[in-house]
Amino acid sequence: MNAFWIILTGSLVATCCSLLGCYLILRRMAMVGDAISHAVLPGIVIAFLLTGSRDSVPMLIGAGLLGVLTTFLIEFFHRYARVQADAAIGVTFTWLFAIGIILISVFAGQVDLDQDCVLYGEIAYVPLDLWITESGLSMGPRTVWTLSITTLLIILFIVLGYKELFLTTFDPAFAAAIGISTSLWYYLLMTAVSLTTVASFESVGAILVVAFLVAPPATAYLLTDNFKVMLVLSVLLGILASVGGYYLAVWLDGSIAGAIATVTGMEFLLAILFSPSRGLLIRRKQLQPV
Amino acid sequence: MQEFLEFFSFADANIRYVTLGSVLLASSSAVVGCFTLLRKRALVGDAVAHAVLPGVCLAFILSGTKNPFILLIGAFVTGWLSLVTIDFITSRSRIKEDTAIGLVLSVFFGIGILLLTSIQHSGNAAQSGLDKFLFGKAASLIGEDLITFSVVAVLLLLVVILFYKELTLLCFDEAYARTIGYPVRALELLLTTLTVFAVVVGIQAVGVVLMAAMLITPAAAARFWTENLKVMLLLAALIGAFSGIAGAYVSYTAPAMPTGPWIVLIVSMIAIFSFALAPGRGWVARLLRQRRNRTQILEENLLKLLYQLGELKQDFYTSRSLSELLERRSIPKGEAISGLQKLKRQGYVKRDHQSWTLTTEGKKRGRRVVRLHRLWELYLTQYLHLAADHVHEDAETIEHIITPELEKRLLEELNYPDLDPHSARIP
Repeated sequence: MNAFWIILTGSLVATCCSLLGCYLILRRMAMVGDAISHAVLPGIVIAFLLTGSRDSVPMLIGAGLLGVLTTFLIEFFHRYARVQADAAIGVTFTWLFAIGIILISVFAGQVDLDQDCVLYGEIAYVPLDLWITESGLSMGPRTVWTLSITTLLIILFIVLGYKELFLTTFDPAFAAAIGISTSLWYYLLMTAVSLTTVASFESVGAILVVAFLVAPPATAYLLTDNFKVMLVLSVLLGILASVGGYYLAVWLDGSIAGAIATVTGMEFLLAILFSPSRGLLIRRKQLQPV
Repeated sequence: MQEFLEFFSFADANIRYVTLGSVLLASSSAVVGCFTLLRKRALVGDAVAHAVLPGVCLAFILSGTKNPFILLIGAFVTGWLSLVTIDFITSRSRIKEDTAIGLVLSVFFGIGILLLTSIQHSGNAAQSGLDKFLFGKAASLIGEDLITFSVVAVLLLLVVILFYKELTLLCFDEAYARTIGYPVRALELLLTTLTVFAVVVGIQAVGVVLMAAMLITPAAAARFWTENLKVMLLLAALIGAFSGIAGAYVSYTAPAMPTGPWIVLIVSMIAIFSFALAPGRGWVARLLRQRRNRTQILEENLLKLLYQLGELKQDFYTSRSLSELLERRSIPKGEAISGLQKLKRQGYVKRDHQSWTLTTEGKKRGRRVVRLHRLWELYLTQYLHLAADHVHEDAETIEHIITPELEKRLLEELNYPDLDPHSARIP
C-alpha cells in the first residue's frame, strides 16, 4: 500500500509539473521555473511562523505570493534596471533562498523544517501523514489530497485557458493583436508554477520539481511536433519516471526523489539517442547510402 | 564594539581561517564569474554547482575514503562533464540552452542525492560529513581547507592574468578571435575549467544552491559601475571580499547564523543597491535622465509655440492666454502650466494674470527650436528626397537633439537657406 501512495504522489507531481513545464521550455523560461522552486522557501518559512503549523493552505498562499514576487523581481531587474536576463534570474533566486535559510536558522527552535527537506523532500514519509476524519475513518495521506486538488486546478487552468496559453507561448505578437493580454497569462502561468512548487515541495523537494518541470517536456519535445501530443506524452513520461524511480530507489536504498530525477534523465538520454524523428543514432543510420 | 575589535584583530585562529577562506573564495569566484557573465552564461555556474555532488559521492564509493583531494577530483570530473553535456545537448538537438541547463542541473543533482542517501543508508560510518557539500560549512573552515583555497585562488587569478587578453576577446568578439587564429575551442575549455575549479572549491563553503550567487552576483553588481573590464574584475573581487568578511563577522557575533547564506545576502544587497542607484546605468539614474529629457522637450515645445504664435501675429512680445497655446497644440493642461512656470523661473517667459509673454531670452530659444525644425525638414526633402508632408514628425523629434555644431554643419550644407519645404521662413 505504501508503494501505491508514494507512486501516486510522484505521479500527481509529475502531472502538474510536466504540463506547466511544456509551456516553460517553449517560452525559454526553464530556469525561471528553477528559480521559483528555490525562491518560495522564505514564503514557506514566513507562513509557517505566522500560523505556527504545517497546514497547507497558508503555506500555499505564502509561497504562492513569493513565487509571483520572484517573477516580478526578475522582470523588474531585467526590464527596468536592464540587468542581463540570466543574471537577473541568478541574483533573485539565490538572494531569496539565502533569506529563507537565514530565517530557518533564526527561528530554528520554532520552525520544524530542515534544509535537506527543502532540497530533496521526503516522499517516503507521505503514507505516514494520514488524514483521519473525526469519525476515525482514514482517508489516505494528506499530501495526496492536496496534490490531487492542485493537479485538478492545473488541468482545469490548461483546459480553460488552452487557446490563450497556446497563443501567448507561440506567437505573443499575434496574441496581443487579437486582444489577449500576454502579461496577464504570463503571470497566471507563473502563479500556477508557484502553486505547484509549494504543493509538491513538502513531499518531493525543490530538485524533483525542477526535474519534472524540465526533463519530461524536453523529452517529449524531441519525440513529437504536435503540442497536444507533447503535453500528453510528457505527463506519461513523468508518471513512468515516478514508477521506475520508486523501484530504483528501493533497489539502491536511496532517496526516492533523487531516483525519480535520475530516471527522467535516462528517459531524456534514450530520447536524444533513439527518437524516431530526430534521434542522434537514428539519423546517422538514415544518412548512410542505401 | 568590543566584538568588532575582537573580530578585526584576527587574534583568534578560527576567525582568521573563516575570514580569509571566505574572502579568497568569494573574490576568486567573482573574478571568474565576470567572464561567464559577459559570455551570457551566468546560470551555467548553477548547473556545475549541482553537478558536483554525484562526483563527490562516486569518488567516495570508489575510493572508500574521505580524502578531500580525491573527493575534489570526483567533483571536478562530474562538474566538467555537466558543462560538456549542456554544450552537447544544445548543439546536437533542438533543445534550447536554458532547458539544457535545467535538465543537467536537476538530473545530475538527482543522481547525486540518490548516491548520497544510498551511502548514508549503507551504514558506512566513514560517510558522515559528505553532506557538507550540500549546504557548505564556512563556519568550520580549518587550516587545511585554507591552504586548498589559497592555492586555487592564486591559480585562478594567475590564469586570468596570463590569459587576460584571450579571455577578453572570447567574451566580446568570439568571431574576431577565431579569425585571427586564436584557439577558441581551447579557450572555451579553459574558461569552463576555471568555472568548475571555482565552483568545486567554493561549494564547500556556501553549498550547492548558493554557489551560483558567488559567481553571478558580484559580477552583475560590478557591471553597473563601470564600462572597463579591468575595473569590473577588480570591483567584483572587492565586492566579493567585502561580503566574505561581512558574512564571517555576522556568524562570529551570532554563532547560530550560517556564514554562507549571510555572504550571499550581503552580496545580493550590494547588487540590488547597484542595480537601483549606480550612476549612469542604474535604474534611478535612468529614470532621472528620462525625466530631464521629457521636461526639456516640454519646455522647448512651449517656447516654440509662443514663438510660432508671435510669428503668426507679427508680434512676439504680446501675451498669449493658455487656451490660445493649447489650441495650436494639444498638451495636457496641467503639464503645460507646470512647464510654463518652470520657464518663468528660468526667465524665458513672463506672466501677467492668466497669460504668458516671451522674454528676449525666451524668444531666442524658441527661435532656435523653430529654426532647427525647419532646417531638418529642408535637409530631409533635399538630401533624402522625402515628400514635404512626411518630414514634420521626424523634425519634431530631432529639433530637441541637434547640437550647435550640427546646426552649423546643416546651415553650411544647405547653403544658408531662407525657406523650408512648406515655404515658411527659417528664422
